[in-house]
Amino acid sequence: MNREAQLIFEVSKAGRRAYSQAPKPVADDKLNDLPAALRRQSKPLLPEVSELQVVRHYTNLSSKNFAIDKQFYPLGSCTMKYNPRGANRAAMLPGFLKRHPLAPESHSQGYLACLFELQEFLKEVTGMKGVSLTPMAGAQGEFAGVAMIRAYHEARNDHERTEILVPEAAHGTNPATAVMCGYKVREVPVNDDGDVDLEALKAACGPQTAGLMMTNPSTCGVFERQVEAIAKAVHEAGGLLYYDGANLNAILGKVRPGDMGFDVIHMNLHKTFATPHGGGGPGAGPVGVSERLKPFLPTPIVGQDGDSYRWLTDADLPQTIGHLSAFMGNAGVLLRAYYYARALGREGMLRVGEYSSLAANYMLKRLQQVGYTAAYPDRRASHEFILTLAKEAKAFDVSAMDVAKRLLDYNQHAPTTYFPLLVPECLLIEPTETETKEALDEFIDAMARILEEARENPELVKGAPYSQPVRRLDDVRAARELNLVFRPGASA
Amino acid sequence: MPYIPHTPEDVQSMLDAIGVARIEDLFDEIPAHLKAGALEKLPDGLTEMEVTALMAARARQDESAVCFIGAGAYEHHIPAAVWEIATRGEYYTAYTPYQAEASQGTLQTIYEYQSMIAHLTGMDVSNASVYDGASGLSEAVLMALRANRKSKASRVLMPAAVHPLYRRATRDIVTNQGVTIEEVPFCNERGITLLESLAPYAGEDYAALVIAQPNFFGCLEDVDALTDWAHANNMLVIAVVNPTSLALLKPPGEWGSGGVDIVVGEGQPLGVPLSSGGPYFGFMCCKQQHVRQMPGRIIGRTVDMDGKPGFALTLQAREQHIRRSKATSNICTNQGLAMTAATIYMSLLGADGLASVAGHCHANTNLLADKLCAIKGVKRRFSSATFHEVVIELPQSANLTLKALAAKNILGGYSLAPAYGFDNAMLVCATEVRTQDEIEQYAAALAEVLA
Ligand SMILES: Cc1ncc(COP(=O)(O)O)c(C=O)c1O
Repeated sequence: MNREAQLIFEVSKAGRRAYSQAPKPVADDKLNDLPAALRRQSKPLLPEVSELQVVRHYTNLSSKNFAIDKQFYPLGSCTMKYNPRGANRAAMLPGFLKRHPLAPESHSQGYLACLFELQEFLKEVTGMKGVSLTPMAGAQGEFAGVAMIRAYHEARNDHERTEILVPEAAHGTNPATAVMCGYKVREVPVNDDGDVDLEALKAACGPQTAGLMMTNPSTCGVFERQVEAIAKAVHEAGGLLYYDGANLNAILGKVRPGDMGFDVIHMNLHKTFATPHGGGGPGAGPVGVSERLKPFLPTPIVGQDGDSYRWLTDADLPQTIGHLSAFMGNAGVLLRAYYYARALGREGMLRVGEYSSLAANYMLKRLQQVGYTAAYPDRRASHEFILTLAKEAKAFDVSAMDVAKRLLDYNQHAPTTYFPLLVPECLLIEPTETETKEALDEFIDAMARILEEARENPELVKGAPYSQPVRRLDDVRAARELNLVFRPGASA
Repeated sequence: MPYIPHTPEDVQSMLDAIGVARIEDLFDEIPAHLKAGALEKLPDGLTEMEVTALMAARARQDESAVCFIGAGAYEHHIPAAVWEIATRGEYYTAYTPYQAEASQGTLQTIYEYQSMIAHLTGMDVSNASVYDGASGLSEAVLMALRANRKSKASRVLMPAAVHPLYRRATRDIVTNQGVTIEEVPFCNERGITLLESLAPYAGEDYAALVIAQPNFFGCLEDVDALTDWAHANNMLVIAVVNPTSLALLKPPGEWGSGGVDIVVGEGQPLGVPLSSGGPYFGFMCCKQQHVRQMPGRIIGRTVDMDGKPGFALTLQAREQHIRRSKATSNICTNQGLAMTAATIYMSLLGADGLASVAGHCHANTNLLADKLCAIKGVKRRFSSATFHEVVIELPQSANLTLKALAAKNILGGYSLAPAYGFDNAMLVCATEVRTQDEIEQYAAALAEVLA
């Protein structure tokens, strides 16, 4: 038995309990009113372990992770910047943690004040006219945005618009969202220089166009220079312009989506506003809109009456696209973002785009010098950039995935691999503004050494990683012999 | 510079390496007239001490009340270890485990979570979480439409006794795809969904019937009969359940003769603080045969190239990063950290501990209901057996009563006036953290308000 990967179920022993964690059992007669036919007959299989066993098990498990607190984590498109500890402590203050989501406004003024100010800050940094904080991640922000586009057209009795345009480099959530909102997706090609193919876009626009979803700087790691021409083409066709704000970090304080002509945007607070990624989530994906989409914003939104705050309801926003969660979305994430915004303030916010772009352009230049190929060599990097390893794949049979895995042996988290799909063998690298130059240099050195290894001993790179708790996993077996739930007696 | 580590020398040497004079030059591809102004409406930056003091003062403003509201979010005791471990940097600051070798901690935790929640619900498989219970219900509805091959109609049956905020979010999400939600009335006397209310839909084409247990009123539905009815009419069954209740109540996997098809619910009661409504997490389980229609991430146990056991993301061909417009959902970032907390919580409590929590919630709520109903003119609104939550009828407006109670720092419940037009009814709940004293205080305060 490999003890390292022992499941909590496998250290469990019948009859053991963490006694002080739960209240003492209730007398059976207190449950007599529950009809027997509706009662559970057998106990659910949950671990039977001591408090120490739980603490040790999950502490040991956590230590197997790479994390920003441990490693450089240049995962492109994800903005893995430092997550201030102070934000966590502030969001976990008892007054915030114990507040029930349906508590009356009289008992929520402190919380509402934070959210109201955050709404105002986000308007200012994006140049949008209205903000709703409620979407629970980027993809839900996208959903809210596209649903508002639908509501806008419908309110004008324009029912012919059935299509959302999406550049082929777009993140997968963009086309998936359009479909979830009941639209067909038409992908628009991207040129060799990373900009959208404007002629193809113009040809694709028509009376069927509900809108275009785009990211700027794009997922190619470059600023879309024709953004105004694109906005014009889509607007002339009667469509609206959606801004995927996943890359807002690159331009924070430099350009505002509202000034670029976008009608609706989402922001990823778990990227740009330094809230943690939590091993997969939670995030928060507030949406911002131009004047004409304000009536459709999702609720709840915080409003101000004199010096007190209240929730805006359907009565205030009769055309709202509605509620996307039971309550207020990821309130605790919003408080962390609020902390970050207050800590940075005006000057700090202006620096984010600058220093994240500085780090990316520095790394791009240095990595080119050590022999890597930039996907867009004639372009400035935004806050991230793409290397293509097509040459290495051909010459040494070493793929972008191999390099990514080998980086783990150098104690560096891998960049994003194989996204965007249109660049062959790509690594999307995003250093963020919070890493020291030394950390960037270590990564560059590791990349240089891996390139040497690929030349001299490609098998070494292809077999990586060697230093992690496991080596490459058998994904085919994982999908073919599905084992998604531990069942005693079943073979592991 | 807050959170930016560079010295002036660092900046200069980076600019030199790039070959530009100033940072501003890095933005020369952006049309000059688009450049932003000074962000004048933002305040000055604050130190950690200053922001903390400011937020602490705000938090204190909201702190004073004793809470008897449930309605989908419950104040439970959370063992100290839960968030001390969940907020370790190794969990807190990692992301989606795309690099499996460097994410075995998160991956194994999710696998253990999937196992626990599947055992709790009595289902075959689970995903790694969706946003929350309400949006999870919308995902379940869309999933049922895909999974029910016998159904051609884009519509589902939704009892009005399902949480109104869940019904609302589900409607607001799925109607974008033209899905119709047909509301099934509840029995005004018993507070549950009767078979006779379903009779008009027999033989009709609906993809699924939603069943909440307990339902929004805390009333216990006849889940076996409802499940069998739906299956006999070629509908799938979507169960919406409170996870705490499953320590005592029959798991959806055992409802009726075949068990339900999809289970969703709010994971918050499992170790996640009330926190003004989030982050919580939605759990989602299903029968094995529907797993390819499930949204969200799923972790599988497998082996590495040396045959050593390990964990990896699996069935990714359902997801947006692979399938784009053909994905089962657009979800990408989920609620991982709250799910991690729930895994630690379930491990610490075990089946017996969770049963104690459920039992105390039930007993405390009954005690509360009894005390309140001892006041003249106050009674239980429905006659069905309840679990953990009860609708109380007052001799006067619930909205006004709750306001008067709030003035005494008692959050007395959730008014049923807006959602159901029951002007005098409110939903109350007393979890295991409410003491006998607090319950008696509430009863005394209500007596005063009604006097
Ligand atoms: C470009 C882009 N758009 C959208 C998203 C979706 O955001 P989320 O994962 O928060 O749903 C992401 C990140 O995951 C992204 O990188």
